[in-house]
Amino acid sequence: MTEREHHEYDVIIIGAGGAGMRAAVEAKQRGLKVALITKSLLGKAHTVMAEGGAAAAMGNVYKEDNWKVHFRDTMRGGKMLNNWRMAQLHAQESPDRIYELEEWGALFDRTKDGKIQQRDFGGHLYARLAHVGDRTGLELIRTMQQRIVSLDVDVYMECKVIRLLTNDDGSVAGAVAYWRPTGEFVTFSAKAVVLATGGVGKSWKFTSNSWESTGDGHAMALWAGAELQEMECIQFHPTGMVWPLSVRGILVTEGVRGDGGVLRNSEGKRFMFDYVADMFRAETAESEDEADRWYDDHSAGRRPPELLPRDEVARSINSEVKAGRGSPHGGVYLDIASRRSAEFIRRRLPSMYHQFMELAGVDITREPMEIGPTCHYIMGGVRVDAETAASCVPGLYAAGEASAGMHGSNRLGGNSLSDLLVFGRRAGMAASDYAESKASVSINEAQVSDYIAEALAPLERENGENPYAIQHDLQELMQANVGIIRKEDELVEALEHLEVLKERVKNVSATGGVSYNPGWNLATDLPSMITVSICAAQGALNRRESRGGQTREDFPKADPELGKINFVQRQTQGAGYLNPISVSPEPLAEMPDELKVLFEEAK
Amino acid sequence: MSDITMRVWRGDQNGGAFENYVMPKVEGEVILDVIHRIQATTAPDLAVRWNCKAGKCGSCSAEINGKPRLLCMTRVDQLPEGEPVTVTPMRTFPVIRDLATDVSFNFEMARKVPAFNPIPKPEEGYRMQQIDVERGQEFRKCIECFMCQDVCHVIRDHEENKPKYAGPRFFIRYAELEMHPLDTNDRRELVREKMGLGMCNITKCCTEVCPEHIKITDNAIIPLKERVVDADFDPVAWLGRKILRRTKRTSEEAAVQPD
Repeated sequence: MTEREHHEYDVIIIGAGGAGMRAAVEAKQRGLKVALITKSLLGKAHTVMAEGGAAAAMGNVYKEDNWKVHFRDTMRGGKMLNNWRMAQLHAQESPDRIYELEEWGALFDRTKDGKIQQRDFGGHLYARLAHVGDRTGLELIRTMQQRIVSLDVDVYMECKVIRLLTNDDGSVAGAVAYWRPTGEFVTFSAKAVVLATGGVGKSWKFTSNSWESTGDGHAMALWAGAELQEMECIQFHPTGMVWPLSVRGILVTEGVRGDGGVLRNSEGKRFMFDYVADMFRAETAESEDEADRWYDDHSAGRRPPELLPRDEVARSINSEVKAGRGSPHGGVYLDIASRRSAEFIRRRLPSMYHQFMELAGVDITREPMEIGPTCHYIMGGVRVDAETAASCVPGLYAAGEASAGMHGSNRLGGNSLSDLLVFGRRAGMAASDYAESKASVSINEAQVSDYIAEALAPLERENGENPYAIQHDLQELMQANVGIIRKEDELVEALEHLEVLKERVKNVSATGGVSYNPGWNLATDLPSMITVSICAAQGALNRRESRGGQTREDFPKADPELGKINFVQRQTQGAGYLNPISVSPEPLAEMPDELKVLFEEAK
Repeated sequence: MSDITMRVWRGDQNGGAFENYVMPKVEGEVILDVIHRIQATTAPDLAVRWNCKAGKCGSCSAEINGKPRLLCMTRVDQLPEGEPVTVTPMRTFPVIRDLATDVSFNFEMARKVPAFNPIPKPEEGYRMQQIDVERGQEFRKCIECFMCQDVCHVIRDHEENKPKYAGPRFFIRYAELEMHPLDTNDRRELVREKMGLGMCNITKCCTEVCPEHIKITDNAIIPLKERVVDADFDPVAWLGRKILRRTKRTSEEAAVQPD
C-alpha cells in the first residue's frame, strides 16, 4: 500500500456552501492555515439552490424596519423555540454581512436610489430580502468562491469526509476523507473543525435537496460525542414542483408569492384565507381586496395569507389536497400568470420561468403552476453556543443548516442565506481563537485505520445488498411515516423499520473500483442518512405536540410546556455509527425581559 | 410506453467503449433520470457528476448525441423518437471515469483572475443604478457548467492552447469585472497578452451552448476586444471613462430624493 496522503492545518472546514466558505474566509483572514473540504466541486453546494434572497433589516425599502422587527419575525416564525440569542445576533448582524458581499463583488438588484433592493417574503413584516432576481444563492456562492480564491485558501474538491478524529480527552483532532475521483484516502490533523455540511433531505423521497444532503455533519458530530437538537423539526417547503414525477420536489421560490402569486385549489378559490392561525390573524388581510392593496403599499392593507410562514402554508396545502380539492397530480395551483404581466414575471422570476418551461412544458406567464410541499430544510442540528457556534466537543464548531437553534421549529424564507453568513463568520472566528490557543495536534492511527476499513467494507463484501435499494426503501419509509404530518403508531413503526435498515447497511456491497464510483460513495453516505433519520423519528415521537416543522395528527396543538423544551440527542456507547441514541428534554434558554417586551407590544 | 436505448461511454484515461442500456421510458424524464435508473438497477458504479438536478449548479455537463448539454435539463421526449441516445463525457477535459471529467483547468484559470478591487466605500455605502449592475448580472448568471469551454474550438482539440487561453467562461468574468461599476483593477493587458482573447474568432459556439442564454460573444467577448484595443490602450482615457461613468451616476443619484 502506498503512503497515505496527510495534511496539517489549524482549521479545517467541512462543507463549501455559504457557511463553510464564510468560515474559511474568516479564519484565512486571520492568517491561519485553513483547508476547505467539499464532496462536490467548489461552487456547486446546495446554497446555489437558494432563490429568493437573504433577509437583513437594512431598511432600504421600508425605513421602519430594524433588527428588533426582524428578530421578532424570526422568533414568531420559529414558534418561539429558537435560541433567542442566535436570533438576536442574526437580526443584528445580517445587514453588515450583506454589505460585506458588495465589497467582494456581489451585484444585488437595486432600488431607484441605488441601494440594495429588498423583496417581500413569508413571515417578514417588511420587504427585507436582498436578492438578485431569483438566483440569489448563486450570487452568494460565486461571490464567496471568488473571495476564497483571492485569499488563496486551500480547497479540497470532491473529497468526502467520512469521520471526525478525536483525541483521548474527547476534543477534535481532525478528519479522515477519501478523494472521490481516485478513491484514495487522506487524513487531516486540525486544531479546530467547522462543520458546514448542510442538510439531511436526501432521506426523503420528495425533496428539494441534492444527493449531497445526507446529514454527514449531523451524524459525524453525533458519533464524535456532540449533541443534536430539534431533529424532528423539518421544513416542508410549500411550493415544490409536483409534475412531471421525475422533477417532483424541485423548489419553486417563495418569491413567486412575494411578487404577487397566489394559491388556488381545484375550484379556483384562494383558500389560504381559511387557514389563518390566531397567532397571525391581527396582521393578515381578511379579504382579497385588502391583500392585493398590500403589495404596492404595506400601509394600505394587511399581508396576504399566502405569505404566512412556510409551515402554515405547507399544512394548508396538505389539507386542501386531502379534502379532495387538489390539482390532477396531487398539488394545488400557484398562480402568478393572471396577476402580473409576462414581462414582470420574466424579469423577476427568470429561473422559475425557464425551470417550468423546460422541465414541465408550462409557461408560467400564461398558466398556473402545479405545486405541493417538498422536504426542504432541517431546523435541527448540532447544539451550539450562540456566540461561538461551538459544540460540546472541544474544537468542534457547526454553522448553517448543520447547526440548530437559530430557526427554532420553523425557518423563515430568506433567513438561511443570512444565517450562513452571520454564523459562518462567527464559527470561523471562534475556531480561529481556539486553534490559536492550541499547540499542535496529532491524529490517532488506530481510529484512522478503523474508519478506513469501515468505509472500504462495502467494496470488499460480496453478494451484499445494492446501496440504491437501501436508499430507496429509506426514502419511501421517511416520506410515508416521518413526513409532513406524523402520528404515534407510524413513528413507532418507522423506528422499527430503521432498525432493520441499520442491519441491512451492515450488509451493503458495492461493485466496481474505488475511482469515481457512485454506488460505493452512496454506501458510505448510508450510515449518516440512517443516523439522521433515526434522530428525526425519535425526536418526532418525543415531541407530542404540533409546532413549526413538527406536526402531529394525534397532538394537533402546540403545548406551552413543550415550547420551553429542546429534545437533545446523544449517542450512547462510543463512536460506532450504529450505536443507540438517547433523547432527553432540556430547558430552552429564557429570553431577557427587554426582548420579551417586543412580543407583548405585538399583541 | 416504449423503451429507450442509451449508448453510454464507459471508461477512463486508459480508454473505454460504449455500453448499451435499454430502459423503459417514463413520462417527463430528463436524461439524468435515465442515467440514475441505470445506476440504481444495472450499473451502480456508472460515474456521473450531478448536484441540483434543476439546471442551477452546472455539474452534470456532458455531450448528448455529440452536443454539450446539461443532463438534467435535456428531456427525453425532445430527442429524436426511436433513436438511441449517445452520452459521452465532455471532450475538452481529461476523463476521470465514464461521464465525469477533470475540469480543474477551469479552477486554475479562475485563480489567475486578479481579484475584484473596489473603490473605497463611501460613508453612506455603495450606490449603483440597476442599469449599471445589469451588465455584470448577465455574466454572473453563469453556473460554471463549462460547456462553453468544452465547445470552444480553440481548446477542444488543441491541448497546446490551454495554458494561454482562458476561454469563454473567463472572458465573461473579465468582462464582468471590466464593467463592474466599483472595480478599479485594469486587467485588459492581461486578457490580451496572457489570456488569449485574440485567439477567439467569434464563431459564437459558446453562446449557442450556454444553458443560461448569456450572450457570451456579443455582450462580453466583442466589447472586451474593443476595450482592449480602445484609445490606443491609453490608461488615462480608460481611467477617465471609469471616473466619468461614476460621476454621471452620482449626479443621477443626487436627483433622486429618497422618500
